[in-house]
Amino acid sequence: MTKTRSLRWSLPALLLAATANATDMPLNMTKGVTEISQQVYDLHMTIFWICCAIGAVVFGAMFWSILRHRKARGVQPAQFHESTKVEILWTAIPVVILILMAIPATKTLIAMEDTTEADVTVLVTGSQWKWHYKYLNTDVEFYSLLATPKEQINNRFAKGENYLLEVDRPLVIPTGKKVRFLMTSDDVIHSWWVPAFAVKKDANPGFINEAWTRVEEPGIYRGQCAELCGKDHAFMPVVVIAKTPADYEQWLNGEAERIAKAKAEEQELLAMNMSMDELMSVGERTYIAYCAACHQPNGEGLAGIFPALKGSSMALNDMAGHIDIVLNGKAGTSMQAYAKQLSLKEIAAVITYERNAWGNNTGELVQAADVHAVLQGKGE
Amino acid sequence: MSAVVTDHEHDHEHHDHKPSGIKRWLYTTNHKDIGTMYLVFALIMFFIGGAMAMVIRAELFQPGMQFVEPNFFNQMTTVHGLIMVFGAVMPAFTGLANWMIPMMIGAPDMALPRMNNWSFWILPFAFLILLMSLFMPGGGPSFGWTFYAPLSTTYSSDSTALFVFSVHIMGISSIMGAINVIVTIFNLRAPGMTWMKMPLFVWTWLITAFLLIMVMPVLAGVVTMVLTDKYFGTSFFDAAGGGDPVLFQHIFWFFGHPEVYIMILPAFGIVSAIVPTFARKPLFGYASMVYATSSIALLSFLVWAHHMFTTGMPVAGALFFMYCTMLIAVPTGVKVFNWVATMWRGAMTFEVPMMFALAFIVLFTIGGFSGLMLAITPADFQYHDTYFVVAHFHYVLVTGAVFSIIAAAYYWLPKWTGHMYDEKLGQWHFWCSLISVNLLFFPMHFVGLAGMPRRIPDYALQFADFNAFISIGGFLFGASQLIFVWVLVKCARGGEKATAQVWEGAEGLEWQVPSPAPYHTFDTPPVIK
Repeated sequence: MTKTRSLRWSLPALLLAATANATDMPLNMTKGVTEISQQVYDLHMTIFWICCAIGAVVFGAMFWSILRHRKARGVQPAQFHESTKVEILWTAIPVVILILMAIPATKTLIAMEDTTEADVTVLVTGSQWKWHYKYLNTDVEFYSLLATPKEQINNRFAKGENYLLEVDRPLVIPTGKKVRFLMTSDDVIHSWWVPAFAVKKDANPGFINEAWTRVEEPGIYRGQCAELCGKDHAFMPVVVIAKTPADYEQWLNGEAERIAKAKAEEQELLAMNMSMDELMSVGERTYIAYCAACHQPNGEGLAGIFPALKGSSMALNDMAGHIDIVLNGKAGTSMQAYAKQLSLKEIAAVITYERNAWGNNTGELVQAADVHAVLQGKGE
Repeated sequence: MSAVVTDHEHDHEHHDHKPSGIKRWLYTTNHKDIGTMYLVFALIMFFIGGAMAMVIRAELFQPGMQFVEPNFFNQMTTVHGLIMVFGAVMPAFTGLANWMIPMMIGAPDMALPRMNNWSFWILPFAFLILLMSLFMPGGGPSFGWTFYAPLSTTYSSDSTALFVFSVHIMGISSIMGAINVIVTIFNLRAPGMTWMKMPLFVWTWLITAFLLIMVMPVLAGVVTMVLTDKYFGTSFFDAAGGGDPVLFQHIFWFFGHPEVYIMILPAFGIVSAIVPTFARKPLFGYASMVYATSSIALLSFLVWAHHMFTTGMPVAGALFFMYCTMLIAVPTGVKVFNWVATMWRGAMTFEVPMMFALAFIVLFTIGGFSGLMLAITPADFQYHDTYFVVAHFHYVLVTGAVFSIIAAAYYWLPKWTGHMYDEKLGQWHFWCSLISVNLLFFPMHFVGLAGMPRRIPDYALQFADFNAFISIGGFLFGASQLIFVWVLVKCARGGEKATAQVWEGAEGLEWQVPSPAPYHTFDTPPVIK
């Protein structure tokens, strides 16, 4: 990676390198891949050039004055200090320019807000710090998490090409179809943003927002959460893959199958007991992916915000409470409900892990069936 | 406007009694002492808030996490914003108001001197509480200076209560300061100082004071709602209890947008004082300046939701707020045109105050342009919550408000200290600041347009080169301000003796009293012809 390496160079070399790389560096808003994003780009450039033109006139007059009307040239100051004619003129001209600008902006805005007659609807739910996608009228739903390894973030591994802009399961949408997004949140306010679609909409807890897009070209489009949503706001990217309708259908069926299969496996698992080693290894993996952001990899949490699991009385003594809090979360805190986010096996493993890692040596195993029992008990 | 002081020889030293040492500053009711304290306090806060910006820029110098944890990074962005807005810019303007308004209108002091003392002395405690909260378990406020619910309620750390109380105290201080300004201007103008003869700095501060009185209670209300939502089980901003998180944003920005003008209107007044002085030509369009300031203030109550276009509002609402926001460009434009017309065919010289004022006009206008771009709702969907916005508001607040405060300091320093500042050092300060501030904030437009969100401690690789530039600009700008401290200290200690008028083209009552201004001025009101 020339970019990361260049950062170790000294300042002048850095400046040179950056200038040389200027062509790779994006300088302007993307034109995007939709009709709307193209319109937005055009509006952006129109208002930009209007500003440049006004700037040229105003700053031009100012610098002319600075050069010519300086005392050092021996000029005598004039004493005029008002002119109704000029003042009316420079009030009226901007008004006309603004009205001309408002017309296309209004048209585009009205088009952007028209979410009717959608072909596909996806419910997008933000939570700290991941996105959940549910395809309405199908069984397909899944979480989408940052896929960049911690080691890259902590500078122990070289950073990959799509550093911080890659996820484990991207959202897939069909090309040429109007896709409607319904946005909401499980906790704080997030904002779902894909620059290439010119879609940025807040996901508000308890409310549903709408947005839409129609992508013509198949491709991978990347974005990020745009609204500060807590500690790991920088680490919840959006990745959208646009596929042709045929490929999309195939993918959707494959996903439905995968999800059905996972559910069936889950049932089989209830009858089986996993070994400590297996639980601990699955548990550690799950813990790092879902729990470590708050409770920290060493289980010590962050004093005052995220409680420690290491040595906590719940992790040492209260197994029923432990299973309950992982399944259902804790209202009024950042602790989320994982019942629908993780499989029974993963929940069993992660609880086992938390009860046996970092010196919490309870020796207790939690099996999928135990978790299932608590879940059923809740349902009755 | 012409004004003559008939008998300032009445300013005898005999009633100049004041306690010495710390007591002088603790007990003082003198507008000049209180003004000095506000200004020094603002400068200290400027460096504390600046140090936090340095932490932010160090972390963002390279992609990856290097120096701080994300949670601490969020505390830095939050407290940096709070300190710069409430601790640096606002107290600096209040300090200037305290020093200059009585002298400009021929008043002996502020109308409510004891309240003046109190409104200053509660401020250090407000910021002590805020800064100490950083050391609590879980850290200080980390939800951004805009403290959107529910991030600041259900999901915030325990320091939130301290944050709320410190904002309450800051609000009380601002409201008292504003009342004092209004009462002083209404009641203590010298005979003949009619409304349309008042210097523009007085006018802009009068309008600012009204804005403060109208919106600071709204801020107090919204922080109180955050407090009760978090600790007392109310649900103003919690949908589960029938509330609405977006309601928070409506209330916050109903305060927040006028707040933006609170931080820029006095700057307009300063620039309107400096440009005519160094152009040796009367201000062009005085009356239209007054009307433009008033219309900006009125419009500021009708545009708050332009900060919220992505929250999902009805099309009609978005259009209303877009049109009103675009309209603000008109009176703001009038001001810039007036300043340029003031320079036109003047006889300009370029001392440090003029340099900062000229930089203000150009760079604030650039911030105005990006503001106009942000008003275009469809484009705002792309700009919103990116570094483009960060670039925009730093152009209006740093090269706008802060540059105007620095310009004012250079302009009035000889009047305050009786000494000329070191012109050469001042020019160094100006050029270092000008170059570094643009290296710092201009590339933010590019990274923002290219898609970098704000308030993130780590970013994708395509933003790396620009962020390195920006950080270097930031460090240089921070270092440049040390020159300012040097100039201030040097000027306070001594230097070439300043005349009463100080600047060849200066007009107004403050230039008719000796330099340094005596402890008490205008015990007997001057007569203004």
